[in-house]
Order: sequence, then C-alpha cells, then structure tokens
Amino acid sequence: MAVDKFPVEATHIMMFARAIGDPNPVFADPDSSEATAAGGTVAPPTFPMASAQFDPENPLIPKPGEPWFGSGREATGVVREGGNTLHAEQSFTYTRPIRPGMVLKGVAREGESWTKASKRGGSLVFSEHLVDYFDQSGDLIVTARMVGVIPELTPTKEA
Amino acid sequence: MTVSATTLSVGDAKTLQIWDDLTRTQIVMYAGASGDYNPLHSDERYTTEIAGYPSVFSHGMLSMGASGRVITDWFGAENVRHYGVRFVNQVWPGDALTATVTVTDVRVEDGQAVADLTVSTVNQDGAPVITGTAIVLLDS
Repeated sequence: MAVDKFPVEATHIMMFARAIGDPNPVFADPDSSEATAAGGTVAPPTFPMASAQFDPENPLIPKPGEPWFGSGREATGVVREGGNTLHAEQSFTYTRPIRPGMVLKGVAREGESWTKASKRGGSLVFSEHLVDYFDQSGDLIVTARMVGVIPELTPTKEA
Repeated sequence: MTVSATTLSVGDAKTLQIWDDLTRTQIVMYAGASGDYNPLHSDERYTTEIAGYPSVFSHGMLSMGASGRVITDWFGAENVRHYGVRFVNQVWPGDALTATVTVTDVRVEDGQAVADLTVSTVNQDGAPVITGTAIVLLDS
C-alpha cells in the first residue's frame, strides 16, 4: 500500500517468514549457507504486504481511543466502510529482491475497475490497486498489484 | 542459489504439503507480521455473530506466501521476478494445503535465462484455493 517510509528490517523479515511457515534460513540467518549463496538474507516475495505496518491510515490496525469492529466484551456492531471487499488477485513484479536495510517508499497508481456477471446471476465489482515500491536511491524494486472484489453473498464452508 | 537452465525441462514439477492442519495461531502470526489485523481472521465471535461466516478464515496472502515456499526453495528467493495468484476458494482453520509448482517454459529474455512457472494450491478435498504463475531467473 501507499506508504512514505517502509524500513526493511531483518527481524521483521524473520517474523514474516515464520508467519508464512517458511523455515528457510535465507530469510533469517545471514551466516547460513543459504543466505551466503543468495548474497545475504532476502525477504520472501510476498513481503511488500508488510508495508501495511507503516501506513498510518491502515484501517486494519486498531487505534487507541477509536472504535474497533472486532469483539471485546461483546461482538460490536461497528461497521467499517469497504469492509465487504475480498481479495481476488495479488501479484508482485520485481526488478531485484528486497533486502534488510532498504527503506522503501510505496507510491500508489490509478488502477482499473470492471464488472463481471456472477454465476448466481448478479454482478461482481472488481477494482485494481497498484503500488510501486522504490528504494532510497529512487530505483523501482517491486510493483504490487491487488485486485479486490465485492461479492454478493457470504461464502460458506460448503460453497 | 540459482538453478541452471540446462537442468530444467518443461513439465518438471515439485509438490509440498504446506499445512497438514492449519492452526488459528498460524493465522494470528500472519496478522501480526503483515499488519492485517482484520478480525475476520482471528476473532471467532465477530466473524460468526456479526459477519455471518461459519468461522474465522485464513488471509489469502497467508496461502500465497506459504505456497511461494515451493518456488523459493527450488529456485532461490533472490531469483523471483514475478509471482501472481488468484484466490479461488477460502481457506479455513484445519485445512490441509498442498502446493505444486510446474515449469511451463524455459526461455531467454533480454539475454537472461528464465523459467515460467504455474502455481497451484489445493485443499484436502482437491479444491483449488489459489492458482497463479511465476517467473524466476536461471543460470544459462
């Protein structure tokens, strides 16, 4: 997502790799043979998602003093705008890998939107969001493309 | 680590079981690392009582990230130039996911050897959860 400053830190990469269940030392241990062969530790290809930690407008991080739509004592009825959008597609196109020490700036670009007929006879509204991530020298490192969709019905386990 | 183009053929494939029983804790770990704390992924009460789903469910990006392991283990994380997927079915706690990466082309682009790949991840019922493609750099 659009973010002024996304400092890429080794510990964050290690935690992210752990979170996706990937034990490869290339993500965590600069002294490992895997990292040596890769020219140092690198970030997993989906790591740009973690730029969300550095977006002050990220609506999916609870903020002190503001209503949160998840439950505490009760399941609150707080409604979040755009909360019914689901993630339909995601891609990352790299010029080179993300490595610790980079400070990335994510710049959003206008994407397209389109409507498709659904199997149930209604319509699905898709919207594309593009973000280019540049390093501190201004070099493009990765472009992230996200497509969101607003579904008609809540899916079930049987669906 | 870079795979040599001479050792690679169209149709070569690798498969890995990325989860045998996806835990809620793994989903919480992904929320913590990524910064996507949407309660749909961790808050059972909100998700069932308010949002109307049968239970919390995985971030699509957790499945994409975990499936990427097959690509990075095989070709080296530093060699991934493109990785893109469609999310086709939701992933629930307890699901078992298996990811398969298949070589569809070995070619030269701007003097650089690359491989085109497909990525397919299915659940315990054989239903696809993500389908996608990737491009990785090779040694010529």
